[in-house]
Amino acid sequence: MRVYLDNNATTPLAEEVKKEMADSAGIFGNASSMHKDGMLSRNLLEKARQKVSSGLGCSPDELIFTGCGTESDNIAIQGFLRGTDKKHIITSKIEHPAVLNVFKYLHNNGYEVTYLDVDEYGAVDPELLAGALRKDTALVSIMTANNEIGTIQPVKEISERIREYSKDIVFHTDAVQGFGKTDIDVKKMGVDMMSVSAHKINGPKGVGALFIRKGVKIKPVFIGGHHERGLRPGTENVQGIAGFGKAVEIAMAGMKEKNEKTGRLRDKLKEGIIRSIPNIKINGHPETVLPNTLNVSFRDVEGESIIMMLDMEGISVSTGSACTSGTLEASHVLLSIGLDHASAQGSVRFSLGVYNNEQEIGYVLEKLPGIISRLRDMSPLAKKSECK
Amino acid sequence: MEQYSEKVMEHFRNPKNVGEIPDADGVGRVGNPTCGDIMELYIKVDKGIIKDARFKTFGCGAAIASSSMVTELVKGKTLEEAEKISNKAVIEALDGLPPVKRHCSVLAEEALKKAIEDYKNRQKDV
Repeated sequence: MRVYLDNNATTPLAEEVKKEMADSAGIFGNASSMHKDGMLSRNLLEKARQKVSSGLGCSPDELIFTGCGTESDNIAIQGFLRGTDKKHIITSKIEHPAVLNVFKYLHNNGYEVTYLDVDEYGAVDPELLAGALRKDTALVSIMTANNEIGTIQPVKEISERIREYSKDIVFHTDAVQGFGKTDIDVKKMGVDMMSVSAHKINGPKGVGALFIRKGVKIKPVFIGGHHERGLRPGTENVQGIAGFGKAVEIAMAGMKEKNEKTGRLRDKLKEGIIRSIPNIKINGHPETVLPNTLNVSFRDVEGESIIMMLDMEGISVSTGSACTSGTLEASHVLLSIGLDHASAQGSVRFSLGVYNNEQEIGYVLEKLPGIISRLRDMSPLAKKSECK
Repeated sequence: MEQYSEKVMEHFRNPKNVGEIPDADGVGRVGNPTCGDIMELYIKVDKGIIKDARFKTFGCGAAIASSSMVTELVKGKTLEEAEKISNKAVIEALDGLPPVKRHCSVLAEEALKKAIEDYKNRQKDV
């Protein structure tokens, strides 16, 4: 039996998406060409643009396709900054590396950066953000929902604080994890730019999109031809984009019910873990959290060992432990919400998807307690906590 | 990340010599949670020969496999021989470790050196 609970990393392709991509596989024309072959591709591209923009609540001419979420983030942040002289930018300490490392790069290249603290649940305080705004603030980037702990940020409130201060500050949100799992509407949320990705919603890898509100001026980061308004030059990945369109269409259909079902399974997993395993901590917001995400610290054991043992039992999850990142540093998200290193090292992220079922969760709950207790028997830390 | 060797997986799946030795003659404790791994190595010495070795480790797959391997390598060795066991010997015995995991073998070597040092210090006190 294989149970896949790593959907925040990536998701399996939906059958309908596979079919859409297979159906479009014969359409090979360059979408920029004038002839009929080109037109067929262009039609697919624009049909997909309709679907994705309708999923975001924007107009199709406010959306460009990109190669992935990381690319969308880079084009949004770096592209906007290339058109302004203002040198102050704001983000949170728990952004995905696709945003955080762009800010670090900018920091090293003449920008002043405010990295906002988050509370113990990983939420950004809109008042804290309001206090950080300055006359020379160019851009704010705060994620819609966190990939590791699932906490959903008060994006609308943040946007309101920014607008109260100035109409000129641009607000970008990385909604790669939020899209499909929480209500997304660029107008209601009040954002100027939003990054999303296909492979997190059962679409293909190698396709992302960026919403850029009409009136927001950004300059190219990649230099080339006129594709995607010159902001993402290069011949479009029409087949992948068609798959993305289909993925959005099916994700939006009955989204509320699907998320409720996922949420019930997640809660079953959470309650089962709380009941059967002592010395744990649930990370992330107790309520304002993605319905599919559960992040747990198991005291005195290390995350990579847990995921390796779960893998041997056929269960795929991930960890915020340094040991898997290759950097020797524990998750910046978990350290930012106040976890000590040992707890961060012992964290496991279970991220469910639309295809998981009760039986699979039952199977995980059957295997997990034995694995944790086996690793605790091996741990020199476990005996110390018993003494406390 | 690079895959673990079959040998590493074997020692991770069924680690040898897990546990403590209550009346150990030497104990070596190295590492801290910040760097990710903590290793405790216990040795029992008789007439200059390591008769038994056990470990307790908080760490990743490579740390557990390295601990298991080092206890296997030292058993039956004289203290002089054991002192010469380097992290390279641990890596070789495990059929290699991914580059980002080499520090785990260093930790195993250090734990062993500390346990031997602890044993020698205890002898001086007697």
